[in-house]
Amino acid sequence: MSGDAELLDLAAGAFLLAAVGVLWRRDLTAQTSLLAVQGFALAAIAVILGADQAHPELYAVAAGVGVLRGAVLPALMRRAISARATDRETRPLMNVGASLLSAAALVLLAYAVSQPLVRLLGTASARALPMGLAVALIGLLILVTRRKALSQITGFLLLDNGITAIAFLAAAGVPLLVELGVSFDLLLAVLVLRVLTTRMRALFGDTDLDDLRELHD
Amino acid sequence: MSADTVNTASILVSLGQVTLVLIGAPLLAGVMRQVRARLEGREGAGIWQPWRDLRKLLRKTRIVPEGTGPAFRTAPLLAVACTAMAAAAVPLISTRTGLGPGADLIAVVALLTLAAAALALAGLDTGTAFGGMGASREMTITALAEPTILMAVFALGARVGSTNLPQIVAAGVQHGGRLASPASLLAAFALGVVVLAETGRLPVDNPATHLELTMVHEAMVLEYAGPDLALVELGAAMRLTVLLGLWASLFAPWGIATATGPAALALGLGVLAGKLALLAVLLAAGEVFMAKLRLFRVPELLAGSFLLSVLAVTASFFLT
Repeated sequence: MSGDAELLDLAAGAFLLAAVGVLWRRDLTAQTSLLAVQGFALAAIAVILGADQAHPELYAVAAGVGVLRGAVLPALMRRAISARATDRETRPLMNVGASLLSAAALVLLAYAVSQPLVRLLGTASARALPMGLAVALIGLLILVTRRKALSQITGFLLLDNGITAIAFLAAAGVPLLVELGVSFDLLLAVLVLRVLTTRMRALFGDTDLDDLRELHD
Repeated sequence: MSADTVNTASILVSLGQVTLVLIGAPLLAGVMRQVRARLEGREGAGIWQPWRDLRKLLRKTRIVPEGTGPAFRTAPLLAVACTAMAAAAVPLISTRTGLGPGADLIAVVALLTLAAAALALAGLDTGTAFGGMGASREMTITALAEPTILMAVFALGARVGSTNLPQIVAAGVQHGGRLASPASLLAAFALGVVVLAETGRLPVDNPATHLELTMVHEAMVLEYAGPDLALVELGAAMRLTVLLGLWASLFAPWGIATATGPAALALGLGVLAGKLALLAVLLAAGEVFMAKLRLFRVPELLAGSFLLSVLAVTASFFLT
């Protein structure tokens, strides 16, 4: 049991570190690679929980999560990144140092806020629950403080990864049907956003959303 | 085996540590310079060159710029004294240092920051543009690096329930498996970045630069000459030795003496010399391949390492 708890902590730690990496790196290609790592870490959490609590359904859910969030979605986003220099996040609304310090505050906030839930559940997976909440909060931070459309999509995907991790750790997974429904919605959202990004780039030359707030000639 | 008893043997250990750091620090700097020179294809000046430089500087006349006050005059001595005190407290050769309960993490970090602050005040005291620039850069870096040292060592001290450095190191010797846990790895990385920042090595600051606008530490001490400059350079080398020794004792504690018998102390001394030499060679070899970070990127690096140390503390407190 304690070996499983250590593995779970390791997977949850990798999950959180991938989110920190997305916040730290400016390069959009690096951000999608870290998003893929995070998808695989989430699948690993599901596999460990499935092995620990003998829920074979969780293996199917883990496979679906791993394929979708670790492979398909990052590949879709990578195809939307052009090779030009405009695809580095050079002027975020909050600079990288300040956003890293805010992430430290958000991690502490996540731990403070989820203490009642952890105490209620009391299992080893519940102790890793604050990390899922921290990833959701970091995803929100990225969504709010970045200018490029693709960075905001990354933040949205981080937020969803965090919510899924909380669902896995608190409730020992969601039923397969719910996970299928959520995954389909997510895939649809990313496809629509990707089409929009391509059109934005074709029409305006850049996906800096702050430039699109007013009418131009 | 209480780490709190202060007897003659532990006082001798502390004095031995201070002497070792005083004598070995320029030697360590010499080893780093020689490794770097050889890797860059140069002949190098030999590992004793820093000692020869110190001897040359000590024989010169003491000269002080006009308009400087006591801050400028006392800073070199204060810096060396604070670092020597930190060398007496940090468990380098043995965990039975002569300060007992006084060898506290917060006290050691305060001493090291006092040394940096003294030199920054001296840089401001000169009234030159470069002195002010170096002092402000150094304080920006120290402001982010100091909480990171505290957090990174708290992550290790949380398991022991104390901030007493000898107790933390002794716990690391006893439970060696804990050093491979995620919290320890994060803390090791964060403390490594901070050691580079606090001692003015690449990628934060280039110690071999001659261009004043790229200097951080060197710009603060640009006005020093003669014996004062010898003390400043000795202080910088001692700071590097003490911080590398702290990192080695916390994250690679094998071989450190936990008693004060002569055989254990001799082994601890040899192992410490080996560890410091290895770390110096690795650091110098890494520096050959690294470029200096642009100055506005340095707070990013330090903020990132602070975040990692906060994660290490939360992992250490809340997980298993």
